[in-house]
Amino acid sequence: MKCRRCKAPAVIEVRRHNAAYCKGCFLHVFRGQVERAIRQWRMLDTDDRVLVAVSGGKDSLALWDVLLDLGYRADGLYLGLGIGEYSGRSAEVTRGFARDRDARLVEVDLSAEYGFDIPTAGRRGSRSTCAVCGLSKRYVFNKAALDGGYDVVVTGHNLDDEAATLLGNTLRWQTESIARQSPVLPSRDGLVKKVKPLHRLSELETAAYAFLRGIDYVVEECPLVAGNTQLRYKDAMNAIESTSPGTKAQFFLGYLDRGMPLFTTGREVELVACERCGQSTTGRFCAFCRAQAQILGRQLATGDGPNDVAPSDDRQVADELSDEVLPAEIYATRGADAGP
Amino acid sequence: MKVKLRNPDREVEVAGGRLVRMVLDELGVNPDTVLVIRAGELVTRETRLAETDEIEVRPVISGGAAR
Repeated sequence: MKCRRCKAPAVIEVRRHNAAYCKGCFLHVFRGQVERAIRQWRMLDTDDRVLVAVSGGKDSLALWDVLLDLGYRADGLYLGLGIGEYSGRSAEVTRGFARDRDARLVEVDLSAEYGFDIPTAGRRGSRSTCAVCGLSKRYVFNKAALDGGYDVVVTGHNLDDEAATLLGNTLRWQTESIARQSPVLPSRDGLVKKVKPLHRLSELETAAYAFLRGIDYVVEECPLVAGNTQLRYKDAMNAIESTSPGTKAQFFLGYLDRGMPLFTTGREVELVACERCGQSTTGRFCAFCRAQAQILGRQLATGDGPNDVAPSDDRQVADELSDEVLPAEIYATRGADAGP
Repeated sequence: MKVKLRNPDREVEVAGGRLVRMVLDELGVNPDTVLVIRAGELVTRETRLAETDEIEVRPVISGGAAR
């Protein structure tokens, strides 16, 4: 198998493009796809202060690597989730990456800052482990960006992530979630701009990029994620893709091009400051503060108003989580969907 | 030949002298969902493997909460 660009022996095949590439040409093409996404969606300006949410996995470290390579002022943000050896290894590779590239890494420890870790949240809260993990990340990413004066938060969602999420939302006709599934969520009312520059690239490509760049990343999967809904949707998409290469890209990129305008209403929910923490929310207390209170067994209400510790309904939580977690994940049955 | 599989880590023996895609097919692995690594280098589905080769089949799928 030969490289499409230079005819040297290929090391990676990208079947949806009916192409294979040598190492040098693949890295060139990969960076080109990231640059194209940034340009097409006006994700980043060269003078932006960029905060990259890094987990220690292939996607986020590959993304941070590309952005540094392209000359962006990109710092990393690592959130310690407290998931045993998995989190320990994730922190180790993330710190190593930052050290090797002389890049700045901001670290937040969920347990130290907010009093709970993800395994505890999964046991005590009413939400699935994945849901409370996604909620915590969304909250901390935004808060850290605001506190640090960053212009934009960048996440490593890839084409497979986005296609699986769109499939899940479509199967349930979650039209508001579908309308919000954009590679760019602009800043508004206390929410920092959020972008996904890897949305044109598959998991195979981000893994190949990380490997070929010599990035030490965590290959092991999160021990709490086994069997979750999004993985099942990915399996379904991969089964289709294996016989019809390009289906995932046509589904998601076609949605962005032709589908999203059909779902966009122009209506925006009014946001107010959470009475406890000040972050933007649609109710009296934000979803994170409600979840935290429930996990820690605390009361949220401070006086005359009704206590808002009780879990919200599925639709409200789905709205607050938006692109982060599939609605089906929110109250997933522990064991089958939420892991241990 | 030896094949190292991940998540969980384990090792299996399969016949060599054939293409990567044939080995993956025997193992029931979708080639679009893994990197195949031989002696520290990526190899494609059409690469012929020797009986003495050792390869790692590394999954690329991640899931769950947002990164």
